[in-house]
Amino acid sequence: MRPVIPYVTAALLFGLGVYGVLRRRNAVLVLMAVELMLNAVNLILVTADTTAKALLPHGGQVFALFVIVLAAAEIGVGLAIVLQLYRMRASVAVDEVPLAERPADEPVPVAVGPAGVTTDGPSGVADGPAGGGANPPETGRPEGDR
Amino acid sequence: MTGVDVLLVALGAVAVGSAVLVVATKHLVRAGLYLVVCLGALAGMYLVLSAELVAWVQVLIYVGAVVVLLLFAVMLTRAPIGASDDLDRPGWPAALIGGGVGLGLAALLVDAYRWTKVELPEAGTAERIGEQVFGSWVLPFEVLSVLLLSALVGAIVLSRPDIGRSPGRQSAVDGVDSDGAGRGRSR
Repeated sequence: MRPVIPYVTAALLFGLGVYGVLRRRNAVLVLMAVELMLNAVNLILVTADTTAKALLPHGGQVFALFVIVLAAAEIGVGLAIVLQLYRMRASVAVDEVPLAERPADEPVPVAVGPAGVTTDGPSGVADGPAGGGANPPETGRPEGDR
Repeated sequence: MTGVDVLLVALGAVAVGSAVLVVATKHLVRAGLYLVVCLGALAGMYLVLSAELVAWVQVLIYVGAVVVLLLFAVMLTRAPIGASDDLDRPGWPAALIGGGVGLGLAALLVDAYRWTKVELPEAGTAERIGEQVFGSWVLPFEVLSVLLLSALVGAIVLSRPDIGRSPGRQSAVDGVDSDGAGRGRSR
């Protein structure tokens, strides 16, 4: 077996993957090109496993399995992002994604903290004397016992 | 050239040819199907290289799951069935960089290995790989399972529109930043 054959195949596949990532506009096609690159790395790992002597046997194949798992995780999260992008913009062209501006449907932060405190505060104070010992708030309990 | 070399050359030619079609075709669905051909040829190369388990995992996970997910994404984004002209950017920088990377790596590896010959080891069974995975590599294996779980949770949080969005209802519970709200809810 000439190890140069799978190595050159893997190098060409990686180059094609890089080309695809840079060339394609559709995000799904970009993900496909990323898969090509990951597979090129896998081929390198498996070939190195059969051709090179390592301290631990079959380390290359184990790493190839790990890369496959990583690719599965990557494709899951990547497709979730792509579908969310499609839902927001009705397009998956990667060069139309505005990276600098805020998304249109994300509103400016509103201050709601004081409102929550003021609605919670009077109710707790009012419940304290009225509820007596049945009420869990500790501020109301000594007043009810007296 | 022995029979193994001929097989490797043939499968490599199929893989590279279909990879060219993946990055060059104008049909979205055909790109996914050419990807199936490319990954299948790679699985054949793994078999020839005596990596049996990796080959079958490749068929199961890549050809079975990843490509199906990609085709689902093609359908869910309402891709046109026929050829579409807006898939590509102007390609000279991409061709330059991609060709440079591919040919550079190929030249490097050719220079490193020349035309040397290596004896193939006997076909590796799943038993030996399993011993390695659960022996020497058991800690990375467990870390990888945690990573898969977090990727799963992340994908769910990303694809549910009612988590982390619509701060009118949720800002009292959590921060208004969608990322922070998503992480807070998923915990």
